[in-house]
Amino acid sequence: MQFKSMILSNFQVSPGYWRMRMTAPPEFASARPGQFVMVRVNSAIDPLLRRPFGIFDVGVHTPSHSGGVSQPCFEILYRVVGKGTEMLSSLHSTDQLDILGPLGKGFTVGEPGQDKLIVGGGVGLAPLYLLARELVKDSPVRLFAGGRTRDDILCITEFERLGVECYVATEDGSLGRCGLVTEALTATLDMLQGRPSIFACGPHGMLNAVARIAGQRELSCQVSLEGYMACGVGACLGCVTPGREHSVEHPDYRCVCAEGPVFESSDLGWGR
Amino acid sequence: MTAPDMSVNIAGIKLRNPVMTASGTFGYGEEFSEYVDLEKIGAYVTKGLSLKPKAGNPTPRIVETPGGMLNAIGLQNVGIDVFVEKKLPFIRSVNTPAIVNFFGNTIDEYAELAHRLDELPEVAGMEVNISCPNVKQGGIVFGTDPACAFDVVSACRKATAKPLIVKLSPNVTDVTVMARACEDAGADALSLINTLTGMAIDLQKRRPVLANVTGGFSGPAIKPVALRMVWQVSRVVKVPVIGIGGIMNATDALEFMLAGATAVQVGTASFINPASAQQVAEGMEDWLLKNHVTDVKSLIGALET
Repeated sequence: MQFKSMILSNFQVSPGYWRMRMTAPPEFASARPGQFVMVRVNSAIDPLLRRPFGIFDVGVHTPSHSGGVSQPCFEILYRVVGKGTEMLSSLHSTDQLDILGPLGKGFTVGEPGQDKLIVGGGVGLAPLYLLARELVKDSPVRLFAGGRTRDDILCITEFERLGVECYVATEDGSLGRCGLVTEALTATLDMLQGRPSIFACGPHGMLNAVARIAGQRELSCQVSLEGYMACGVGACLGCVTPGREHSVEHPDYRCVCAEGPVFESSDLGWGR
Repeated sequence: MTAPDMSVNIAGIKLRNPVMTASGTFGYGEEFSEYVDLEKIGAYVTKGLSLKPKAGNPTPRIVETPGGMLNAIGLQNVGIDVFVEKKLPFIRSVNTPAIVNFFGNTIDEYAELAHRLDELPEVAGMEVNISCPNVKQGGIVFGTDPACAFDVVSACRKATAKPLIVKLSPNVTDVTVMARACEDAGADALSLINTLTGMAIDLQKRRPVLANVTGGFSGPAIKPVALRMVWQVSRVVKVPVIGIGGIMNATDALEFMLAGATAVQVGTASFINPASAQQVAEGMEDWLLKNHVTDVKSLIGALET
């Protein structure tokens, strides 16, 4: 759906990373973990295109002052990377935004009781919080959060509050273990009985590594991808990603916005 | 006051209003159907179709620039067989003319596609994309050589009796020469402009942003160029002209009509706002009402110079 949304709050959670809460129509409550929204940053022609953001959370906003009316809302977690996100970070509560969404195909949650391992790199955590909220209802959930420095580790307390066991790794050792998040993931996989499911979102290199680990152990692994996109609904075909059978001679492209953004990692081509 | 007459006629295709969607920006119609009432626009043009499915270019395929965007999708499409099987049922269900954009690598492929599309009752008309390289003639782009353009349009003309629109490339020295060649070859209408070839560079990486290096430039930034070309072409041809290029709102569309366009196509704007085409049509009607214009056709080429 397309709707006008009012910003309820917009604040920096870590240097360069922001969290925005916005109003939504009641139907938005049906958004699935892993789905995304296309946000029009302003009504001018620069920036021209909407920006895609994973849905961080969906809920009901209850104003702190008495007499305020509760209303449906959702949140995005975003990193300031360019002109569009810079403008977004300068907006204040009561500013209006034009939103398309929820869009795309979200995560499949899998079997109740089965171990669920969530892997997030930096702002890749954005679509994983709503997923964690869903998964903790009937499964043990662990989060593996990675980043270059402690500044890239976002909203861990929120995950902990859900009862998620959190493992943190930073490349410079400024928070958690020093190293890559995939090392902690491998160590946990070695220890766990049964067949856990993996869910990941983050930089391409991290996703590639997680997909390889899952592939070696023949575990289900869903990854959420980013892509340069203009429309978000499968019309522009700007955001395609190579599928499993892709080669230069026989291209096999999947549309990130309409067929994804969540894919089973074994369905994608990882340039191996 | 009574509602103004918004209808126009393009080569026998009756449009309830002059607003169409541009090929490559509206999928096969279905993609945007949740957001836009297709029966409130004049016609829709589907994504460029080829005989065989085409996978398109590597990524990155798009990049935003101030007031516009570059795309190098590479004409990715499902091919005519899948189009007939999977896309036609939706097209059949919509009470708005569907115009099918198509292209080929050789003149024979163009003619064969025109022939196949001619047999489909759901297809109200065709739009030929001549901005493709001619494989048999060393890759020269059909649409940049008047003789090549004449040959390809003639071949399509022989293959179909349906309305035949030719979409012109702006990447030429004199667009009126190309326009005349296409008209002489039997085009029923001309649509212009296709995208302007451009590029973007990532300074730090010292690389082009697009994997394809160059891409087609579209969006509001190209409107002045498009208006100029529509004005030039509409003065030298007798067939109707369809104006395309950076139309974001009703004002833009009406300007194209003054410049000589009988209808317009909304392209990049649909990416930003899926309901753009419908809103442009509604905005045009509002403007006509407010300005006591009873028939939109009276604006065609009504520019005072």
